[in-house]
Amino acid sequence: MELVSQHVKGIMEECKVRARDAGLSFDDESLEYIVTNRDLIELSPKIMIPTLYDYWVHDVKVLSGKGMYEAYPSNPYETVINTRPAISYYNDNNPDWLNVMIFYHVLGHIDFFQNNLFYKNTWEVDLTGQALADKRLIAKLRSEKGRLVDYVIEFSRGIDNLVGYYREINHIISKENLSKKNQGKINKIDYYFDIFLQQLKGVSHNTYLKEITRYNNSQKTKSNFFDPITDKYPEFEELYKKAKRSNKHYEPDIMEYIIQHSPFLKLDENKWMKTIIQIIRNTSLYFQPQIRTKIMNEGWASFWHEYLFMRDDRICGHESDFAKVNAGVTAMPKVGLNPYALGMRLFQHIEDMEDKGCYSFDYYCQKDEIKKQKYNTLKKSGTQYIFKIRANMNDFTFINRYIDQEFLTKHKLFVSGKRFNQPRMSWEYYIKSKKAEDYKKMVIDTLYHPPEIQVDAEKSVKGVLYLNHTFEEKPLKRDFIENTMIGIEYLWGGPIHLETSEPTAEGKPAASYANFWDPATPVGKTSEPKKIQWKRMRYMMENRKLHKREL
Amino acid sequence: MITLDELLERDRQREEDGFKRKIRIGQIVKPGSGGKEKIIVVPTTVEEKFFHDEINLDQEQGEGEPTGGTGEGEEGDIIGEQPIRPEEGEGDGEGDGEGPGEGEGGEHEFEANAYELGKVLSQDFQLPNLKDKGKKRSLAKYVYDLTDKNQGSGQFLDKKATMKKIVETNIMLGRVPDISDIDTTQFIISPQDLIYRILSREKDFESQALVFFLRDYSGSMGGKVTQTVVSQHVMLYSWLMYQYDKQVETRFILHDTDAKEVSDFYKYYSYKVAGGTKVFTAFKLVNDIVERENLAREYNIYVFHGTDGDDWDKEGVQTIAEIKKMMLYVARIGISIVEHSYVGGKQTEVEKYLKSSGILSKHKELIKLDVMGETVDDSRIIQGIKRLIS
Repeated sequence: MELVSQHVKGIMEECKVRARDAGLSFDDESLEYIVTNRDLIELSPKIMIPTLYDYWVHDVKVLSGKGMYEAYPSNPYETVINTRPAISYYNDNNPDWLNVMIFYHVLGHIDFFQNNLFYKNTWEVDLTGQALADKRLIAKLRSEKGRLVDYVIEFSRGIDNLVGYYREINHIISKENLSKKNQGKINKIDYYFDIFLQQLKGVSHNTYLKEITRYNNSQKTKSNFFDPITDKYPEFEELYKKAKRSNKHYEPDIMEYIIQHSPFLKLDENKWMKTIIQIIRNTSLYFQPQIRTKIMNEGWASFWHEYLFMRDDRICGHESDFAKVNAGVTAMPKVGLNPYALGMRLFQHIEDMEDKGCYSFDYYCQKDEIKKQKYNTLKKSGTQYIFKIRANMNDFTFINRYIDQEFLTKHKLFVSGKRFNQPRMSWEYYIKSKKAEDYKKMVIDTLYHPPEIQVDAEKSVKGVLYLNHTFEEKPLKRDFIENTMIGIEYLWGGPIHLETSEPTAEGKPAASYANFWDPATPVGKTSEPKKIQWKRMRYMMENRKLHKREL
Repeated sequence: MITLDELLERDRQREEDGFKRKIRIGQIVKPGSGGKEKIIVVPTTVEEKFFHDEINLDQEQGEGEPTGGTGEGEEGDIIGEQPIRPEEGEGDGEGDGEGPGEGEGGEHEFEANAYELGKVLSQDFQLPNLKDKGKKRSLAKYVYDLTDKNQGSGQFLDKKATMKKIVETNIMLGRVPDISDIDTTQFIISPQDLIYRILSREKDFESQALVFFLRDYSGSMGGKVTQTVVSQHVMLYSWLMYQYDKQVETRFILHDTDAKEVSDFYKYYSYKVAGGTKVFTAFKLVNDIVERENLAREYNIYVFHGTDGDDWDKEGVQTIAEIKKMMLYVARIGISIVEHSYVGGKQTEVEKYLKSSGILSKHKELIKLDVMGETVDDSRIIQGIKRLIS
């Protein structure tokens, strides 16, 4: 692993100037390394952080990575990590023109890392330095405690996907918006809308929206929003004061809860384990934004490498080379999903729509398809608009808000299905839906979404740690429950209960039958699948034995 | 860098500490042209966490996961088709996770790797040795030895043969008047009389094993069940390679309602699930092959069958008949039934008819049955192998 040559660094610096002119913003410093395939294989289990702690699972992955490389050699053009300064890795011997394109792509990533709000928790951290300190600490502990260290790492990693990332990021952002005195305290408006109306009063959707409208009006007319409230709910003021005093909407995630309350970790001889859990938790938190912004991040980088390179004189003579490489990265597959391509096209689409002023009530009210297509208010604000999106959204909000029918139609997108054709003994691929709603749902289903599992402190009595899995119409992967719970039991030092939901056997779809009215429709299409029945289960782990019971 | 051996040693320690082992031996298949492929043995592990299960609950039967797509067409249009039962040589029939592909490197490299895996297995899991039933003999391999004779030149002078030759020549020349009183000083020695030994290729006779692997790849075999069967057969195959010092021949048969032979292990383990189930077809095909090629005379024949226990022939009449036929020549039949978790406590059809036929107790030296759940780990699979070959 070595830094790129002065010549190549020169190309990078030139790219930075042009990228800044186009509106991207990033730190001056960046580090570019040339890596061998071997380096890459050894880095990737460590999420490309060269200084990450040692752990045997990384070694297993390196060995299988080597085997994989032998069988299926493939080399990424670049890999960027969100460090300060940002580090990026490249293969040797790329021609200069290709480096220009790759550097633009990398700058897109760096701009995204350093400007997207969801990364705010990573902005103040020197990750490489922190990781190195952690690595040394773990190495020192390992020399004292032996393989116990690896068990603690293993069991902590077993729950590191349940970290309270959104709470953390919310905390960081709201901290900035509040004065010192009120830090960590809830303000009146938030309390009224988030807690009082929703949790205490449980008002209807309609009433809630009316209150929001009333609030917006009161901002315009400068009238006191809270006057009618005190009349309607005389208890409101008192409740708010109480809530402000107690300041108790802090819910630790499982890892924090274990660190704070585990009887096992409180023992003097086990205190060191808390440090390891903390390290694993912090590392996980650091990478949360990355998993949640894949489509956007790749889309943004692809958008800019295309935009900037096409306007760069260094493309001269390499137009067709560029076209080939670019198509390889950003082509939409006939069947399948390419996040680079999808994200890039969606950014382009949004820019175009905003340029024409289509994100407006007026456009929404247009019913005539032709008029819709010709709609253009010459608003020309697309570029600013996508910069705002890159700062404020993550994959879910991006997809959920902006995938529309216009987007699907423009790019001829559809949801493809795959079904078994018995007589022909084949899998058939077909166009399942061309509706924006279905496409959106299909993409959202591919997004990272860990289960929502919290400690239920009230039910955690008599030494039991009681975990509650919030029902989201998705069961947990059953094979993994046992070992994960063994790990939590180890860290907790007592029995673990887990409440979750499972589909019952009767919930299977009804047998399909042919549609006599329209034999052309595929069999089974018309028979509505029976609604899945769910039952609440409780898994109990004690002395490394798992039991379960229906609730 | 840590080695595979060190990792396995570490994994063994987990058991002492009261935790399950975590490292599995996996295989990666390196694709290549013309059905030549290479297997690469690697360790794998899974980090268990609470994850959402990927299963799509409201999906209809026989429907795969939806994904994106782009191109012309209207809703309902069919845009492509992929045969479930790939034809031989088509070379594109890999299943999900069952085998990541197929295809260079050649037979030899694969065997070398399987041999390595077998070594790991018999060292680490202490499998008992397969009984050598090698009464039958067959051509197996060549050795090189100084066995051929050559007049006049060579590597090693054969004194006895040379002496004989000299006597013979001199008798013919009439230089031995009295056979009871030979005067060797009178002998004439021609250079042609010197007999030498030279290096030559010799056929060596060794006991030989022929193993038939039978796998049910019917529609019901999707997912885990197939993985478990395949995983057991990969281990068995690799271990046999090691145990028999590569003197093992293998044939591979897949069946659903029809049985077909495939040319190599990759096709065997990578083909996707297809239609219904008729177990007897596979056993029948083995009987046919053995008879047609007259294999019983020259080989120890082993048959291993992996299934989920589902059979359209509920009574197993045809299957039992074929197995009985097989009893006449076979060295061991090992049937593994991997039950779907929904089967619960019930016996599967294959298990039921095998047990009620009494064939298991009557020929207990020749046929073994092992039943396990679909979610078993490697140690259970290995225990299964022990049972099948005990």
